[in-house]
Amino acid sequence: MYSVRRWASRHARFFEAFYNGFEAMLASLHPLFRRIGYARIDKPVAAVEKMVKGFLFDTRMCGSCTLGATGMVCPMNCPKSMRNGPCGGVRSNGHCEVKPEMPCVWVDAYAGSRLMRDGDRIRGIQTMVDHRLQGSSSWMREVRRKKGVPEIGDAPG
Amino acid sequence: MTLLDNPAAGHFLPLEPGHSSPGRIEKLLRAGEFTVTAELSPPDSSDPEEVFEKARIFDGSVDAINATDGSGANCHMSSVAVCAILRRANYSAIMQVSCRDRNRIAIQGDVLGAAAIGVASILCLTGDGVQAGDHPQAKPVFDLESITLLSMLRKMRDESQFQSGRKITKPPRVFLGAAANPFMPPLDFRPMRLAKKIEAGAQFIQTQYCFDVERLKQFMARVCDMGLHQKAYILVGVGPLASARAAEWIRQHVPGVHIPDSIVGRLAGSTNQKQEGKKICIEMIQQVREMAGVSGVHVMAYRQEELVAEIIQESRVLGGRTPWYPGIDKSKSAERQQEPIQQ
Repeated sequence: MYSVRRWASRHARFFEAFYNGFEAMLASLHPLFRRIGYARIDKPVAAVEKMVKGFLFDTRMCGSCTLGATGMVCPMNCPKSMRNGPCGGVRSNGHCEVKPEMPCVWVDAYAGSRLMRDGDRIRGIQTMVDHRLQGSSSWMREVRRKKGVPEIGDAPG
Repeated sequence: MTLLDNPAAGHFLPLEPGHSSPGRIEKLLRAGEFTVTAELSPPDSSDPEEVFEKARIFDGSVDAINATDGSGANCHMSSVAVCAILRRANYSAIMQVSCRDRNRIAIQGDVLGAAAIGVASILCLTGDGVQAGDHPQAKPVFDLESITLLSMLRKMRDESQFQSGRKITKPPRVFLGAAANPFMPPLDFRPMRLAKKIEAGAQFIQTQYCFDVERLKQFMARVCDMGLHQKAYILVGVGPLASARAAEWIRQHVPGVHIPDSIVGRLAGSTNQKQEGKKICIEMIQQVREMAGVSGVHVMAYRQEELVAEIIQESRVLGGRTPWYPGIDKSKSAERQQEPIQQ
């Protein structure tokens, strides 16, 4: 259990570099996305994103992805949705207080961050989740942010 | 000293320049006094007298009382209500807010209400998971966590705004606190996490129970290197263990409490375990007091609250200072009246 996502966090440096390249590639598709329409493309991209990131990181598609700042570990897998570090309930074996069989998401996240080039992003504060973004694509949100495309509907970026 | 002045019930101490709150705790910590706080476990009752009974046990030995918010995910009287009752007698209350049971809308409403009744200090917690308590079937909320909670309350206070950006006409003047657990993995990340909490708005810190001085020393050394002790006042959590069996039970059932084998062994080898537990607690307080960067202690004596006064007195950490309590003024004037008779 949890083997794929734990494997991914042990290879955080590779996934960090891979994502950076991937994001640049997506951004280069901006003219195409604009022609299709960002509102129309979001759902299909989100479906792919869910499949890929779901397999690798067990991501929950909160819509405010922090993988790059959390050691390539999805913090939404924490039963308390901790986005800024481990709670005080971590067991002495490094496992979760709520799910004793699961290694603490933040123990893995910190270990993963130590492998990354920009691992110190883990020290930055993550703001609270906008629950309206649940299920939307973080990839497309990043592209829109980079290209200065206004957000869909009233959801802030 | 203004610290001991007591305004009439229902009135607040003055808000001093540069202070965030009119609370006694902030005044004491800023004045550099070694400060003592204690945890009150709210009653399973609707009788306010039970709150007063629990508070009176601490009279003269603690500077403020923490009202826990469904601690261990068990249902009790709410922390905001306990604070309201404590404020009737002018006790300094530290309201604990956990993110487990309420979302951002409910918490902001509670904080405004709490500030209105004179709560001047708030401890921002994520909270234990529901699995730990008596209602494991409940829906865990966790809309926020401690750090996002801190930043939200700081915004309310300093920018007079709700999280939504809507204006607050009179902001809550509160001193913001957070918890820290220096004893559980990932140990290297713990000081960084404390730094994040301080960056998010924490001005005082109450730690998890300390039973391992060496581990605390390592943590505090790192904290002092990072200069964090100058940005927030750190109160170390302490408490008496009732017996070796109780220590074992806590190890197995209470998340996040680290008790080394040496402590359990010392209890088990003693003929009077309760007395030994109290002795360990006093020693812990005395060692913690000498540690650089420590501003006070937070006593959690669950079901042994009656020991707190003796522990504080015998550890002599207050150095002759008597924390304010309701009636201290009366007892002082009574002393004064008795003096001429004795002469």
